[in-house]
Amino acid sequence: MRNDTPVLHVESLVVETTGTSPRTILKGVSFEIHAGETLCLVGESGSGKSVSSLATMGLLPPRSLRATGGRITLDGESLLEASAKRLSALRGSRMAMIFQEPMTALNPVLSVGQQLDEVLACHTQATRAERRTQVLEALEQVHLPDIQRVYQSFPHQLSGGQRQRIMIAMALLLKPRLLIADEPTTALDVTTQHQILALIRELQEKHGTAVLFITHDMGVVVDIADRVCVMNTGEIVEQGPVRELLGAPQEAYTQRLLAAVPSLTPRPTRPVTSQRQVLSVSELEKEYAPPRRLLGFIGKKRAGTRAVDKASFTLQAGRTLGIVGESGSGKSTLARCVMRLIDPTSGTIRVDGNNIAELQQRSLKPHRGRIQMVFQDPYRSLNPRLTIGQSLIEGPMNYGTSRAVAMARAKELLQLVGLPSDAIERFPHQFSGGQRQRIAIARALAMEPDVIVADEAVSALDVSVQAQVLALLDDIQQRLGVAVLFITHDLRVAAQICDDVLVMQRGRIVEYGPAEEVLGNPQDSYTRQLIDAAPGRTWDFAACAPVA
Amino acid sequence: MTTSTPSSAQPQRLSLLHALSRLFRLRARTTTLIAAFLLLMLVVMALMAPFIATHDPTALSPASRLQGMSAEHWLGTDAYGRDLFSRVVYGARVSLSVGLGVAVLTVLIGLPLGLLTGYFRAIDAVVMRVMDGLMAIPAILAAIAIVALTSANLWTLMIAITVPEIPQIVRLIRSQVLATREEAFVEAAVLMSTPTHKILWRHLMPNTFAPLIVQCTYVCAAAILTEATLSFLGVGLSSEIPTWGNIMAEGRTYFQLKPALIFWAGLLLSLCILSINLLGDAARDALDPTMKRKDG
Repeated sequence: MRNDTPVLHVESLVVETTGTSPRTILKGVSFEIHAGETLCLVGESGSGKSVSSLATMGLLPPRSLRATGGRITLDGESLLEASAKRLSALRGSRMAMIFQEPMTALNPVLSVGQQLDEVLACHTQATRAERRTQVLEALEQVHLPDIQRVYQSFPHQLSGGQRQRIMIAMALLLKPRLLIADEPTTALDVTTQHQILALIRELQEKHGTAVLFITHDMGVVVDIADRVCVMNTGEIVEQGPVRELLGAPQEAYTQRLLAAVPSLTPRPTRPVTSQRQVLSVSELEKEYAPPRRLLGFIGKKRAGTRAVDKASFTLQAGRTLGIVGESGSGKSTLARCVMRLIDPTSGTIRVDGNNIAELQQRSLKPHRGRIQMVFQDPYRSLNPRLTIGQSLIEGPMNYGTSRAVAMARAKELLQLVGLPSDAIERFPHQFSGGQRQRIAIARALAMEPDVIVADEAVSALDVSVQAQVLALLDDIQQRLGVAVLFITHDLRVAAQICDDVLVMQRGRIVEYGPAEEVLGNPQDSYTRQLIDAAPGRTWDFAACAPVA
Repeated sequence: MTTSTPSSAQPQRLSLLHALSRLFRLRARTTTLIAAFLLLMLVVMALMAPFIATHDPTALSPASRLQGMSAEHWLGTDAYGRDLFSRVVYGARVSLSVGLGVAVLTVLIGLPLGLLTGYFRAIDAVVMRVMDGLMAIPAILAAIAIVALTSANLWTLMIAITVPEIPQIVRLIRSQVLATREEAFVEAAVLMSTPTHKILWRHLMPNTFAPLIVQCTYVCAAAILTEATLSFLGVGLSSEIPTWGNIMAEGRTYFQLKPALIFWAGLLLSLCILSINLLGDAARDALDPTMKRKDG
């Protein structure tokens, strides 16, 4: 199936920032892709993987980045020298791209059919009727249900997975030689991701397209790649066939990267150290009232949305409970109810034995300190205008600690989370995402809580940073005996940090038990489906070998 | 690893101190420099008016009425024989103090109202309906009505111009607060039992400053224009006080005979508003990274 001439050949590509003191973003990157082959560019944020793909498409932002050296050839045609007009003709017809967020890549005011039709109208001479048949065929190829209806639909009427299918249909409409996929499944749930990856594979085999697939997720690499390029700070560290590279990584960086990927095998159960129940939730419900309509009093009363339906669980001191589910499963709503950031409809939340479910905001104050939260987005969880110290002492000072004592404690906490104590004078923007998440953990600890609720606290971080933050959480738990309620969509992370796991689907708890049992021997069909869809589950990263 | 942010595109969100220091490092674009220079000249002229003016701006001299330019009267005299140059110079005082005063007053009233409406739903429901009502009345008409109800001195004039400007500021602050209060750091503060007034003061208010500074420049320019309009319509300060609006109102009768009566006051008024608006645009570009990228 492989020809000798590659479809895409990138040779010592150098990309620099424009301006008076240019910085080199890509330092001589070389790779090639043959027809019918998938090359994965994998790396952490800032490694230059997206810049490589944008340079290939001729889409580098002209005011900030430019290619200053090297060659990019597509089927023998040099792209760096091509005119803007020629590049635009090539995009779509010979090379196509799919993006991370399909909603922003589709025009919200045109129907899906019109947008696909436009691609054909621009690049071919086909008549309206021919175009329609071709578009419907393309929609059928990406396995969309009820294609006549989808043709008429607007992007917001489709789900994220369906929109990504549309993007794939659009990209493959003109049968391009090269498909560039930039993190196409990152915004999707695991089960949808699984289907989209299978779809890309299937269509590639059918058409012999060369695929340049960009991802940060090693699991996805296992599932889709033929060959892999590992990138770090603008350079290709290592490249080779996927099995060889994952099985015997040569470079230290690759080894570190692979070692940081959490394993799907749950960690051995830890002995129960304390019987003290710090958090117990029973029959918790959150129902959102139906939207009131102008003439809503006429006719039947509509049912509201149950975001959380009769959730019950308990958490002992020093233990970690994982809440796992896909987007919309109600896991975040449950956490926010427990924190009393939103008011539950019914049920009880006992923190250290006291029911806080129905307390007024004012009477909540004595209990607030017992349970603290670490948020998902490290860039939004610290006030950009306060120094780290000011952020850390705010909580204790609200409870009457003097400024000097709180400051001294803040310095200790910064050391505990592995940051230099001079960090206390600095502002959040001077820290990286991982460091900010450490600060957020320190802020939660400043309140000396019994429970820390971590809502997707490591989801926005690169794997190596993620591994460090997880290790930190574990270490803190050992030392301080704090209980952690860990909300995540990532089964790998859940397997590594949780003692118990609770799986949610559409607001309901479908399975709840020790991590080893739930993840090792799932009883519920939904849990099984989730585990099956986890990317790269055929590969054991720790052992550098396929799963036996 | 997360990339270390390149030093050129560094802090996206700034502390107030950063924002201010950044304002002073405005990109030295020619238009910004010219605008800043013009405005500085006008301010100096207003402050030093007694030293710059050649005559008492209110001294009548019927004998030398409607004269042309001369060494004695640099810009000539008006219908009552008053020195036009001195009147135009003194006119800057009223215009600039009205501009500055209104800007300060709108912030003093609009900022707290905006913070409260953004944070408390109950207050929002009431205050915003009042604001909607205010916005339904044309600014000039509202100002005329307020001046008509009271006597026209500098304070009532400023209040009359401030009231119609308040809804804009309230809406701006409110929208900022609505966006910021969803941020995780505000929720974190709630979870740490930070009292509400502290959340408003420490977490929400500082994050409204950047757009507020920009909006203030526009309010300032609009106030100067409104004051001139009110004076021109004869409902502003009493006609013997030299303001650019009054000068133009009186000059109107003799305009065809002597265009200079309107020309100089009009020119300074336009230049003043133009330079304030240009500075506002420059402030917006400096404080908003996305806008700056667009115009390169």
